[in-house]
Amino acid sequence: MGYLIARRILAGIPTLLGVTLVVFLILRLVPGDPVAGLLSGGPATPELVAGLRAQFGLDQPLPVQYLSFLGDALQGDLGTSYATGQSVTSMISGQLLPTVQLAFAAALLSTVAGIGLGVLAAAVRNSFTDGLIRVFSVLGTAMPTFWIGLMLILVVSFQFRMLPATGSDGFQRLILPAVALAVPAIGVMTRLVRANVLEVLGENFVTALHAKGLSYRTILLRHVLRNAVLPAVTVAGLQIGGLLAGAVVVETVFARQGLGNLILQAITRNDYPVLQGVVIVIGALVVLVNIVVDLVYGAVDPRIRSSLAGR
Amino acid sequence: MRAQRRKGPASAVVDGVSFSLNRGETTCVVGESGSGKSVTARAIMGLTRLEPALSVSGEIWFDGKPLHQMDNPSVARLRGRDIAMVFQEPMSSLDPLFTVGSQLTESLRRRHGKLPNQNLRTRLLALLSDVGIPDGERVLRSRPHELSGGMCQRVMIAAALAGEPDLLIADEPTTALDVTVQAGILALLERIRTERGMAVLLVTHDMGVAAEVADQVLVMYSGRIVENASADEVFESPRHPYTAGLLSCVPALEGEKPSVLPTIPGSMPSPEQRPPGCAFHPRCARSADRCSTETPLQTQKPGLEYACWNPIEPTFLPMPTADVPTHTAQAPKEDAR
Repeated sequence: MGYLIARRILAGIPTLLGVTLVVFLILRLVPGDPVAGLLSGGPATPELVAGLRAQFGLDQPLPVQYLSFLGDALQGDLGTSYATGQSVTSMISGQLLPTVQLAFAAALLSTVAGIGLGVLAAAVRNSFTDGLIRVFSVLGTAMPTFWIGLMLILVVSFQFRMLPATGSDGFQRLILPAVALAVPAIGVMTRLVRANVLEVLGENFVTALHAKGLSYRTILLRHVLRNAVLPAVTVAGLQIGGLLAGAVVVETVFARQGLGNLILQAITRNDYPVLQGVVIVIGALVVLVNIVVDLVYGAVDPRIRSSLAGR
Repeated sequence: MRAQRRKGPASAVVDGVSFSLNRGETTCVVGESGSGKSVTARAIMGLTRLEPALSVSGEIWFDGKPLHQMDNPSVARLRGRDIAMVFQEPMSSLDPLFTVGSQLTESLRRRHGKLPNQNLRTRLLALLSDVGIPDGERVLRSRPHELSGGMCQRVMIAAALAGEPDLLIADEPTTALDVTVQAGILALLERIRTERGMAVLLVTHDMGVAAEVADQVLVMYSGRIVENASADEVFESPRHPYTAGLLSCVPALEGEKPSVLPTIPGSMPSPEQRPPGCAFHPRCARSADRCSTETPLQTQKPGLEYACWNPIEPTFLPMPTADVPTHTAQAPKEDAR
């Protein structure tokens, strides 16, 4: 198991390096100059501009900039914000928790609801309930999260006054954003689980279980469920990346604290260090979550476990 | 018994199949792929009820109980206890995620309910050693992917025996296995049949397998039983030309080797393309005019039934009454015992 973990972590390193390179290049390729933005308040003399550029290291050739950024990042220093002068590491660590909370709440919700709805739909396949669930899952996948968020605020907060529309403190304020973020993921998960359950129901061993005299309920909930949910675990892990990205949008809609707020301000100001930092941290989180998912998969599926142990 | 697809042409997959099984005997159902032998076997257990596309009618009597009149839960209660089944592909017939021990326990509970741990363990090990698995402790902890096909089939048989059934249905239990393993599994089935005195219904496409273990042989062709007789009758003097054809296709181990193996020309028609009259007549060397118009009825003599207008006469016996067969109408009664 330790060998497996080490191998997965090593495999994550090139991924993260790729992420840093891509985000570094893209930021510098898109139009817009961070220094010009900073000086928009007063007269921008050539001397001032040159001074700031030298201070931020922007006068160096790109490879040099990249390597020095990489070297600092390896030591845990993601640079200093152009706009606020604060350390990026501390800016991110102050905003990371609410975003991670939101993303994981949505991941949990989409996994639980997706599995539940998927199994239910498969169990009563081709019935009215199945049709309803399928329509919901297609709609859910098709609706953008910001729109779902706005609708939830409109109906739940303003119409029924059940839950607060904005803010980030407490469990109550987590519910609506998490639901808004989870709906498309629930749609994907439901469809996947439904298809998996139907596939497993057609397997030989299910007929054999019927021949054993087990009840349909036992077969479905004990044997089919476990076999059908396994592939869904991988997809749940892959969705975390999308959910973290989606959290950024949803946070803006619900005026929540978090990385979304941070990244939005950084984009408007071309604040390279902050943008790079946030993207790298999210990238690292995604890699980490997928390592965990692989380990969980190994724990649930003995076939994977023994094939990995054999290596 | 009649089994029909709910959609598509109204031709029956299995039609007019009627037979009875005796306690302590092995009955082999022999036929080509698609002859309806598996559907027949699954229908006895009510497993065809799980296939929405298939509609089965007729009667199935088991130990005096009309299975065809029971609702699904009642039939499910018989499964695994009174009737057990072993399948063609042992590797895919066990749940890949559960240990052999937990899957066998499920089967034991069918007959014995919850057992205290110590008792359970003893019984599990006894079951495994009964099917010829010596290192039971290891196998109980294993999952199906860690076992060979032959081992999985032994585990399947152990699971079937756990419910102490009166009837064991084995649907091509050796087809997916190596030849050497096949012999072991067949010997095992024979041994437990003798020891436990249960009825065994063995579905196979292999005449050699039937010759080895059968007391009674049912030959199926295109959804019908063409011959149903004791093994001695079938192998010594087959009456139906199809049975005779099947037997002649089995290469002999002794004597002169033919340069080309004999075959039956043509192939079995699907239910949709089944010709009128006897389904076999286009391929039959003995077919007469009547064969293409009238479906032959099952001719019944004690221990011998066949459906043919022009049966092969046994060469060693004079058969004075052979041209006046006693016809019975299609027996509506189905006796699975």
